[in-house]
Amino acid sequence: MALPLAAAPTRAMALDFSDVSLSFALKDRLLPVLDGIDLSIAPGSFVALLGPSGCGKSTLLRLAAGLERPTRGEVLEDGQPIQGPDPRRILVFQDPTLFPWRSVWKNVAFGLEARGLLPAEKGRVDAALALVQLGGFADAHPHQLSGGMAQRVALARALVNDPELLLLDEPFGRLDSLTRLTMQTELLALWRKVGFTALMVTHDVEEALLLADRVIVLSDRPARIEAEVAVDKRHPRRRDDPELIAQRRFILEKLGFGAEV
Amino acid sequence: MAEIAGSGLAEAGSVAVAGRHGVWRDGWIASLAWLAAAAITIGLPDVIPWGSRDLFGGLLLSGAALLALLTAATWRRGGPGERLRHAGPWFIALGVWLALWELSTAKLGWLPKPFFSPPQGLLHVYVTDWQRLGICVLYTLRLWSIGFAAGVAVGFVIGVGLGWSKRFAYWGMPILKLIGPVPASAWIPCTFFFFPTTFHASLFLVALASGIPVIILTAAGVEQVSRAFYDVARTLGATERFLVLKVAIPAALPNVFVGLFMGLYASFAVLVVAEMLGAKYGLGWYLQFQTAYSAYVNVYAALIIMALLCAGLVKLLFLVRDHVLDWQKGII
Ligand SMILES: Nc1ncnc2c1ncn2[C@@H]1O[C@H](COP(=O)(O)OP(=O)(O)OP(=O)(O)O)[C@@H](O)[C@H]1O
Ligand SMILES: [Mg+2]
Repeated sequence: MALPLAAAPTRAMALDFSDVSLSFALKDRLLPVLDGIDLSIAPGSFVALLGPSGCGKSTLLRLAAGLERPTRGEVLEDGQPIQGPDPRRILVFQDPTLFPWRSVWKNVAFGLEARGLLPAEKGRVDAALALVQLGGFADAHPHQLSGGMAQRVALARALVNDPELLLLDEPFGRLDSLTRLTMQTELLALWRKVGFTALMVTHDVEEALLLADRVIVLSDRPARIEAEVAVDKRHPRRRDDPELIAQRRFILEKLGFGAEV
Repeated sequence: MAEIAGSGLAEAGSVAVAGRHGVWRDGWIASLAWLAAAAITIGLPDVIPWGSRDLFGGLLLSGAALLALLTAATWRRGGPGERLRHAGPWFIALGVWLALWELSTAKLGWLPKPFFSPPQGLLHVYVTDWQRLGICVLYTLRLWSIGFAAGVAVGFVIGVGLGWSKRFAYWGMPILKLIGPVPASAWIPCTFFFFPTTFHASLFLVALASGIPVIILTAAGVEQVSRAFYDVARTLGATERFLVLKVAIPAALPNVFVGLFMGLYASFAVLVVAEMLGAKYGLGWYLQFQTAYSAYVNVYAALIIMALLCAGLVKLLFLVRDHVLDWQKGII
């Protein structure tokens, strides 16, 4: 089912946060959002980020995408400080943010067009659309899509660029549970095949455990790393695996849901 | 229960269909109204002669006959007759209006010459002065189309610059705010000095009038583009140039079109002033020339042409907009 977007495995990127803090300047005060984040992500690994709402998960991804600068510390790509956005690091935003004036096909083609690659690589746009099962909607406009479809288009728009680092901000948040399962499987297959580095924010502990090698739990704002769980189960993983269930319990406790769940 | 409700709906539907496809009553009434207007025009004597009276009466009669024919033809038929039916009340109103107009001017003299004219007076102008009016239309269209195109093109570029570049906006915005409200006629002395011919000066005035709303709305449109679009585009590898061309401009286009409509109206409003600058022909020139001679009938006749031209161009612009912004369908 997975489509060969990249002919050969992509180079994967190493991502390092070294003592990263970030505060936003509000009108009358500073809002500390990230506080001394130290995180080394090896090339080709799949890391999931969990944390309470508003703790700074999206901000962390924006840092890696080069859309924000840390107030203190450094964010490094392959050992070099990140200077700004680069299509080797692509962020799938929490909100799909499709360009409403472009058709679905042209939305997906945006990155290739921006880099002048589109004439040679039209087939990849079709492949990416097929991957998210929206081949039939190539000519539709974003306002004609459901929320979940829009999110899948946003995913295709990122994947088509063969990123070395894929940053995902709750990419399946709006999908129904069945589509979600399919998309998780597809993403996993693609990641294993192509081998990019993946950093995914999710609010779903189970999803994190099913997909990632490492699950990072962040504290409330300002976010610090609260706990880290290594998941070394082989894929495909079963959600009723006793080891995963134990880890799930541990993570939920760290998130402050000890007794209830 | 559902079945009963269903059949009730079906009945209501069939009633509506019969109503729609039955006799076009408005058509007959309109035809009668036009016939009445014709009778008044030809049957009653004019207080003062206006010319073209019988021609106008004949036209009204033909109109009445045509309406009767159409009414008979659309008998129990939908489809193409639908639009005609929709316009029915307007045909009636037009007939009544023409009849009342005739009565109050030519027949009873309540609205006297030279300030008012019956419809046949206007018709008489078209019949006798059509050559000059035709040339004026062509001259005006030439002036307008070059001026509008230039104003819009330059205005668009400046607008994008103002909306995009902070430094450009720092210098440009105050200047724009200063010159924006200056009336066109105030520019005349400068334009005489700066432009080689009066035609160029007129072009400048038309371009300025159409350009300023385009500048303001384009700049506002570009400024309002959501930052999220730029973030997405930049992570996908867009350069500054690509951001402007493929994000800022398309996102601002709905605003730009508002500017175009405003510019279109403004450019028509300024035509009279623009053609004051030594033009030899043109509707604006015609208006002034005839006003000077108190030939108000001619003024009205030219005004009607101008209004129709403007309405036609607005319609054209709507078509262009609907084509360019077809992605907006279903959003608004
Ligand atoms: N540009 C900004 N300016 C000021 N404050 C900001 C800005 N962006 C984010 N914040 C603040 O930073 C904090 C973290 O925001 P962020 O979007 O990273 O949270 P999050 O963990 O992704 O939350 P959620 O799970 O609800 O998406 C929030 O309190 C938010 O109000
Ligand atoms: Mg978020």
